[in-house]
Amino acid sequence: MPALAELSPGQRGEVLSVTGDPALVQRFYELGLLEGEQVEVIALAPLGDPIEIRVGNSRLSLRRAEAAGISVRLISEG
Amino acid sequence: MLTATLTVALVGNPNTGKSTLFNALSGLRQKVGNYPGVTVEMKKGQFSTDGVTVDLIDLPGTYSLAARSPDEMVAVDLLLGRRPEEPRPSVVVSIVDATNLDRHLYLTSQVCDLGLPVVVAVNMTDAAAAQGIKLDYAALSERLGVPAVPIQANKGIGLTELTKAIREAAEKGSAPSGPAFPELFESGAAELQKEFNGEVPAFLVRRALIDIGGYTEQWLIEQHGNGLQAKLTSAREKLAAAGHAVPGVEARTRFAWVRSAVAAAVTKPAVPPVTWTDRIDAVLTHRLWGMLIFLAVMFLMFQSIFQWAKPLMDSISSGQEAIGKGVESVMPVGPLRALLVDGVINGVGSVLVFLPQILILFAFIAILEDCGYMARAAFLMDRVMSPCGLSGKSFIPLLSSVACAIPGIMSTRVIENRRDRFTTILVAPLMSCSARLPVYVLLIGAFIAKPGSPSWLPGLVLFAMYMIGFTVAPLVALTLKRTLLHGAPPVFVMELPAYRRPKIGAVLRRMWEAGKAFTIRAGTIILAAMIVVWALLYFPYTDANGESYPARIEKAEDAVKENTDRLKELKEKDEASKKEPAEGEPASPALTDDEKAELEKLEEAAALPDKLNGEWKRNSLLGRTGLWMEPVFRPLGWDWKIGVAAMASFPAREVIVGTFGILYDVGDVDPKAVGDDKAEDEAKEKAAGLTKAVQEEWAKDPVRGKYGVPVALSVMVFFALCCQCAATLAVIKRETKSWLWPAFTFAYMTTLAYLGAMLTFQVGRLVVG
Repeated sequence: MPALAELSPGQRGEVLSVTGDPALVQRFYELGLLEGEQVEVIALAPLGDPIEIRVGNSRLSLRRAEAAGISVRLISEG
Repeated sequence: MLTATLTVALVGNPNTGKSTLFNALSGLRQKVGNYPGVTVEMKKGQFSTDGVTVDLIDLPGTYSLAARSPDEMVAVDLLLGRRPEEPRPSVVVSIVDATNLDRHLYLTSQVCDLGLPVVVAVNMTDAAAAQGIKLDYAALSERLGVPAVPIQANKGIGLTELTKAIREAAEKGSAPSGPAFPELFESGAAELQKEFNGEVPAFLVRRALIDIGGYTEQWLIEQHGNGLQAKLTSAREKLAAAGHAVPGVEARTRFAWVRSAVAAAVTKPAVPPVTWTDRIDAVLTHRLWGMLIFLAVMFLMFQSIFQWAKPLMDSISSGQEAIGKGVESVMPVGPLRALLVDGVINGVGSVLVFLPQILILFAFIAILEDCGYMARAAFLMDRVMSPCGLSGKSFIPLLSSVACAIPGIMSTRVIENRRDRFTTILVAPLMSCSARLPVYVLLIGAFIAKPGSPSWLPGLVLFAMYMIGFTVAPLVALTLKRTLLHGAPPVFVMELPAYRRPKIGAVLRRMWEAGKAFTIRAGTIILAAMIVVWALLYFPYTDANGESYPARIEKAEDAVKENTDRLKELKEKDEASKKEPAEGEPASPALTDDEKAELEKLEEAAALPDKLNGEWKRNSLLGRTGLWMEPVFRPLGWDWKIGVAAMASFPAREVIVGTFGILYDVGDVDPKAVGDDKAEDEAKEKAAGLTKAVQEEWAKDPVRGKYGVPVALSVMVFFALCCQCAATLAVIKRETKSWLWPAFTFAYMTTLAYLGAMLTFQVGRLVVG
């Protein structure tokens, strides 16, 4: 069960659990990042942090530390 | 029957086109509403439709009504009719993005819980159509229980239908029911509600239950004591035990509601098409290309505020000088004329001179924000800023501050987090701005760039001065974030909006608003500071014999004017006589004794106005204060004159150059002419005269004679770190809405500057030996 931050650009996963600071978890929910959703890592910033992800029709930037609480099930490509 | 005035609030996610809709509806009839105790401003507009006047309030863009700060609470309180300044809205318009309804309707579902009539404005229908997304508005309205109106805010399409829907909703006055929460949640919230005897709206009680550690919880505990904490915790535990843990229960309930509506009303292509945003993002957030493009954009932006603004700023200064001279020529000498010319006209000029930089920076920021690039810039720079406790959003404000802290501080509005924003505001003045340059150039020219010293040394010293700001600012930021502005770690999750073409009208509006805000709100404070410092340097204006200095100076100047031609003639004759005669020509005759005496007298008279001016300023209130304060300046290696010049530069750093000129009897020197080869001859001569005068004056003194270089460095370090800039302080006051923060900024920067200058001088003295 990898964390979202461990995915490389182009990889997709299904969110299994969202944990962490309540305010952070709530913000994830508000942005549509919740259990059962599919996420895709789109890009990494030049220094590897933060990461750009797609969830639904939104693009989000989140720091690795923040993405650490999101665990995903890798969806095989193709 | 409908009342003649309707209050309508506009709510939506950031980047939904909310402001565009607001502007399209209210046109130019707008004003800014301020709310005590918070830094948010909300725009209010007005329009009429069918004899009904609509007061429109544009609430700040937000993803949710779960308030986490006093700033966010203002919007919620306003919607609940709990702000004394505003009536409760009759209708709430929830604006959503047609291409992303699944997420945007989440906020709509919260708005539906407010107990107010709601109208959903579905914006960007053209973008949705381009992506093959089809919407059935009748089905959407039915499922949501509120009217949903398609609009294109940027083209003004659908506004008539929207205003009609708003009127009808107000007429009906019925609030939607919104999503149904689990039974257990409802009963838990109802039980909690009993605690407050109906004093707190149900909406807030539910928020307190859901938002762990949120603002509503903090506020209610403050009001009703710590006993409430235990009750909240036990209610939450009960919910968690039944599988309805907060905050997840809210997300699941609302998204289930949203999804059922979307499923009924939206048809999406099976495979989402690759959008322009995907293609552009592949380049702009690319690790290499994205970075190169970012650097190019930043270079262009920086260059434009640094260079393009210069001709405009110069023409403002020349205009101000011309008006000042015009007034001088028609008014008699006296305090009134001096107040008008040196206080008011000079003050207004020094306010207006910032406008070009502000307007150019805000044009850039408006374009970058409107097209969606601002968020990408913050994404690229986040890792660079995170070590000092800030986020990528602080990068552009701090970079802009290298040109000038004023537009830099004003641009911190892009930072939503209050503590991050305040930290950025407080360290922005440490960035080495262009007003420090004349001070550096003058002192480097006088003491560092001496014949015989290595040619790279002046450049190195200048570089070091810039590095002071770049080093100290992150350290101060980190300290502030750990102490004064300490708090729970902010959430840095940020949406990267779809790219959009910026609208010229919106850009011009942003420039206009920024310019107006600065000129009116900050301008008056700057003007007041200028007049106070002018008065301190003007009074008393009589010498020991009770004669007026300005009158004596004018008389001396008239005498100089009368004798200009004679002085020139004698000088030329004198020079000619000293030259070796060319071959075959007779030698020029030497000056006679009478002529020599006359030349001497005339030269003395020519220097008299500047000498009198120096004497006057040295005896002014500020001059005397400086003399009295000399012990304070001594550890920095300064004499009282340097101290007075530093104090007189409170309105703006570059003023020190002119004040040095006056105190060293060379007259008022234009700081722009220092080190500028293209300056006019007269200005250049004065600047050169000042360089020489500083060298000579310091050479006369045992301390500054021996330690000229350490003293010069100490003055430069002081100016690198101090906040001698009334405009910066005025803008900090405006942006933080409190005098506390500008006072703090001035205090901490002056302390840093003093300590830094002292360290520089003391170490320098040891090195020189």
